[in-house]
Amino acid sequence: MGFDSRLTFRQRFYLVEVLAGLGITAAHFFRNLGGHIARTIFRSKRIRGAVTIQYPEERRPYSPRLRSLHRLVRREDGSPRCVACMMCETVCPARCIYIVAGELPNPDIEKVPVRFDIDVGKCVFCGFCVEACPEDAIRMDTGILEFSSYSRGGMVYTMDVLLSLEPAGPDGAPRSTVPKALWAKER
Amino acid sequence: MLTDLGIAFGRVAFIMLFVLNLGGLLTWVERKQSAIMQDRIGANRASVFGLRLWGLFHPVADAIKMLTKEDFIPARADRVLFNLAPVVSLFFALVAFAAIPFGDSLRVDGREIPLQAVNLNVGVLYIFAMLSLGVYGVMMAGWASANNYALLGGQRAAALMISAEIAIGASIMGVAMVYGSLNMMEIARGQGALLWGWLPAWGIVTQPLGFILFLTAGIASTKRVPFDFPEGESEIIGYFVEYSGMKFGMFMMADFVETVVIAGMTTALFLGGWQVPYLGPEGFVFPWGTMWSLSHLAVVALQILAFSLKVAFMCWFLMLIRWTLPRFRYDQAMRLGWLGLFPLSILNIVATGIVLLGLRA
Repeated sequence: MGFDSRLTFRQRFYLVEVLAGLGITAAHFFRNLGGHIARTIFRSKRIRGAVTIQYPEERRPYSPRLRSLHRLVRREDGSPRCVACMMCETVCPARCIYIVAGELPNPDIEKVPVRFDIDVGKCVFCGFCVEACPEDAIRMDTGILEFSSYSRGGMVYTMDVLLSLEPAGPDGAPRSTVPKALWAKER
Repeated sequence: MLTDLGIAFGRVAFIMLFVLNLGGLLTWVERKQSAIMQDRIGANRASVFGLRLWGLFHPVADAIKMLTKEDFIPARADRVLFNLAPVVSLFFALVAFAAIPFGDSLRVDGREIPLQAVNLNVGVLYIFAMLSLGVYGVMMAGWASANNYALLGGQRAAALMISAEIAIGASIMGVAMVYGSLNMMEIARGQGALLWGWLPAWGIVTQPLGFILFLTAGIASTKRVPFDFPEGESEIIGYFVEYSGMKFGMFMMADFVETVVIAGMTTALFLGGWQVPYLGPEGFVFPWGTMWSLSHLAVVALQILAFSLKVAFMCWFLMLIRWTLPRFRYDQAMRLGWLGLFPLSILNIVATGIVLLGLRA
């Protein structure tokens, strides 16, 4: 069993093998150089000289199953679907969800969150909150991945922000943006 | 008198600008060529007024970064040697190119100007000496840093240099024997002869083994991959661990300039120097009898162009090697130097001598 690691004379002689390796890299060089030149001349996106995706300008489509920034789903009338049952807060392994429940006169709903904060800085993106929710009120389908901030306070997403976010488009691209005020927020 | 001074200055300035610019450009070439070889795009973000020019501003950005960085000197370092080491390293790399001819003589107003910074009759030995002196900078850096890792790196560099320089010297001897001179200009002129009436007698034709040995040892003396264990920047760290800012930049620059020097030496000794195949002083004379007469200036321009293109090709080839081969282990490189390159180059000298004796008899 296994791989015979003894080298043949040709391999130990080194020079032939080195030239073969240089041939491979040189072939890559000239093929890619030709691709780059053809791309510049014909201005075609289909001809490629490299496999690089130049990230902020170019993006590859995200999978619809990707767990991205959370959002709170709304009812038809725009109020949060959340009934403040604390399931997500309980199941969260990172303890990044903070809910304060309030009462609602409507006997079909009874409870509503007064506060619903997610500290994304603590979140581990396990998706347990989405699994645990009996009302399908929290989802992680915004497609937003860029929510870095200059402060810890800027990572805390309050209920009104979470409610304002839209689900991602069919190609996985986000349809809503994080409010710029959060980026530089100090707390 | 003043004209002579001006001509001498011009010759030196041409070589200086050629080497420095090519060395600076090589930092860009290294990034872009490695990227293209590896199916990547490479550095392309530095821009001036939105103009990117395929990352050509990155060398400038690098220079600005290095010049404005903190220049740190360790507390226990030998300050004089520490500051002197990068200067020594870069200086000897830069002056080595002086003896390499970039064209035949230029005749203006009855004046004969050799296209070479200095016309030395021991040019080969001079370049060889300058390349060897370059290692002093590296050893000084290793010693003066007061850092054990730097010292070990400096020792590795010294060991590599000694084993490579001997092979360089011995492999050049074959060329000197074939063309009967140590003057780089004479060697370049000798390579214009034709073998059997059609094959240019370039060093690569008359000394194929010498070419391979010289190129291998030359790559070793540039201290770059596959012989980069003096630095080993990715893991074993070498002689310039303690250097920062432009002093580090000078070591990096010295590496690139040495690459240019090795490319220039390979061109001058083995690729015919400034020779264009079948181009004589009066124009092209093809072996099948066709003649194109060219003016003197056109001939000189073609020669300088040929030399530049050959050097550029060799730089490309050295980069290709640098980005293809994995690093030799320390003992492997020692074994290659002492048990491979050195005996083979002695064998090359002996074989060349026997062939030359046979041809003369």
